[in-house]
Amino acid sequence: MREAIGAVMFVLLALAAPFLPAWIISLATIAFANALVVLGLVILWRAGLVPFGQALYYAIGAYVVALVGRYARITDVFLLVFLGAAVAGIVAYLVGLLLARYREIFFAMLSLAVSMILYGVLVKTETLGSTDGFHVESPTIFGLSPHGRDAGLVLFWLVLVFCAVAAFLVSRYFRSVAGSLAVPVRDSEIRLEFLGISVDRLIHLKLVIAGLLAGLGGALAALAIAHVDPNMAYWTTSGGFVFVTILAGAGSVAAAFVGSFVFELLRSVAVDVMPGTWQMILGTALLLTILFLPEGIGSLFDRLRIRLEKSR
Amino acid sequence: MTAILSVRDLEKTFGSVVAARDINLDIPPQQTVGIIGANGAGKTTFINMVTGHLRPSKGTIRFEDRDITGRPSREITRLGISRSFQVAQIFPSLTVFENMCTAAAIARGADSMLARVTKPLRSPETEQEAEAAIALFRIEAYRDTRAATLPQGVRKLLDIAMAVAAWPRLLLLDEPTSGVSIEEKFDIMDVVMTALKHRKITILFVEHDMEIVARFADRVLAFYDGTVIADGPPTAALGDAQVQAYISGTKTRTRQPADA
Repeated sequence: MREAIGAVMFVLLALAAPFLPAWIISLATIAFANALVVLGLVILWRAGLVPFGQALYYAIGAYVVALVGRYARITDVFLLVFLGAAVAGIVAYLVGLLLARYREIFFAMLSLAVSMILYGVLVKTETLGSTDGFHVESPTIFGLSPHGRDAGLVLFWLVLVFCAVAAFLVSRYFRSVAGSLAVPVRDSEIRLEFLGISVDRLIHLKLVIAGLLAGLGGALAALAIAHVDPNMAYWTTSGGFVFVTILAGAGSVAAAFVGSFVFELLRSVAVDVMPGTWQMILGTALLLTILFLPEGIGSLFDRLRIRLEKSR
Repeated sequence: MTAILSVRDLEKTFGSVVAARDINLDIPPQQTVGIIGANGAGKTTFINMVTGHLRPSKGTIRFEDRDITGRPSREITRLGISRSFQVAQIFPSLTVFENMCTAAAIARGADSMLARVTKPLRSPETEQEAEAAIALFRIEAYRDTRAATLPQGVRKLLDIAMAVAAWPRLLLLDEPTSGVSIEEKFDIMDVVMTALKHRKITILFVEHDMEIVARFADRVLAFYDGTVIADGPPTAALGDAQVQAYISGTKTRTRQPADA
C-alpha cells in the first residue's frame, strides 16, 4: 500500500517536472540525491547506530564519477552511477569489517575518523585539484547529451528513477528478516546471538547497504553539481546528513525524501534571507524539530493519520 | 540409553582462578536436571561453556554424539541447544507477539544473509508459530503488550518461549524464577515444565529454591567450588551431608518433596 502511494508520488513528480521553475528542479535534484544518503542513515539509525562519517561514501561516489569521466572518458550516465555506487559499496564492506564490531559513540567516532582520512588525502592530492576539486564532465544518456534546461530535467528524472528503485528496495528490506532486526539489535544483542544470528554480520550488511546508497547519492550529486571537491568528505557534510535524518525521522522511507527536500529548501531560503548568518536559521529549525517533533517530519504523517482515524 | 549431553573433564580457569574443574556427566534425553549451588560455585560458568558463551580451558562437551567444545554460541544454537537468562533477554520495544515472530523467523530461516534479506519477517508460518508459542506458555493475555511493561513473571516466560522458538532438544534455564515473587514461582515453573515436556525437551535448570528443585527435577547436580559434589535423584542429592552444609544450609530449611 505504502509502496503504491510512493510510486504514484514519484510518477506525479516526474510528470509535473517540466512545468516547475528551474530552481526547484535543481534544488530537488540535489535534495533527492542527498536523500539516498539519508535513507542509508535511517537504516543504521533504526539499529541505534549514528555514523558521523557517511560523507566518506558520498565523496567516493562523487569522485569515482568525476575521475572515470575525466580519465576513462566514460560518459554513459548509468555506467558512471553504477561505478560510483559499487566502489562506495566495496569500501563500505572493507571498512565494515572493522566498524561492524563497534557501537554507540565508538562507532560514530571511528566512522568519522575514517572519513577524515579520505578528506586529508583529497586535500593533499594536487592532481585531484586539492581543496578546489575539479570539474565533472557532462554525462550522456543512451548516447544523447542534452543541453541547458533539458539537461537539468533529464538528470532530475534520472534521480527520480534511482530514488524510486532505492525506496522500493529499502522498503522491502525493512520487512525482511534482516531488515526487521534493527530494533532487536538495539534492544538485546545477546538474545539475537542466542537465537542463532550474528549481530555483527547484520550490522555489516546495514553498513554496506548504507554505503551503496551514499555512493549512489554522491554519484548523482556530482553529476548535478558538475563539480567535486574535498568538502564532500568533510565531517560537516556527514553532520549535515545526520541533521537531515533527525529532521526527517527514521519512521518511514518517504520521510527521508521529504526531509531532505525541506532541508535544501530551508537552506536556500536561509542563505537568501540571512546570507551571513544562515546557519542560525538551520540551527533553530533543528532545535525546534528536536523539541516539538522528536520523531521527525515523518511523524507528522502518522499524527495526521491517527487524527483522521479518530474523526471517522 | 545414549546421553544427549556428555561432559568429560571440563575445566575453566581465568588466570589463577579455577571457575570449573573435573566436571563429568551424562544427561539422557528428556531428563529434567536441577543445578544447585551457592553464588560462584560454577553453575553459570558450566552453562556458559555448554552454550558456547565461554570456551573451556580443558575437557570436552559432546551433544548428540557431536563434539561441540568451544564452538561459537550461534552454531550451538543451530545444533539444538538453547538457553534462557537470569535477566530475561527480550526485546522491550516490541510487543509479546512481535518478540515471538522475531524469534520464530530467525529460528526458521536458513543461516544465510541472502535468505534473510529476501524473506519477510512476517509470514503466515512465523505468525502461526508465534501464536502457538504464546498459547503454549499461557501468555495470551499479554499478546499485544509492549514487552517493556510486562510483569516480571511474564518476562521470564517470554524469554523461555523465545529460546524454545529454535526448537531445541536441550534447553538450559539460568534461574527461571529469579526476580519472581514466591507466590508466582510454582505457577511459572508448572507452565514452563508442561510446555517443555510437551516439546520433549531435555532440561537443565539452575535454581536457588530447593522446594522448586525437589518438585520439578528428576535429578540434581550440586555445584561447589567449581565442581559437582553431588549428583543423583533429588531426595538423595538434597539429603547429602555436603550439600546441606555448603548449599542448602540447615536441614530445617530443606523440605522433602513430600512436604512441598
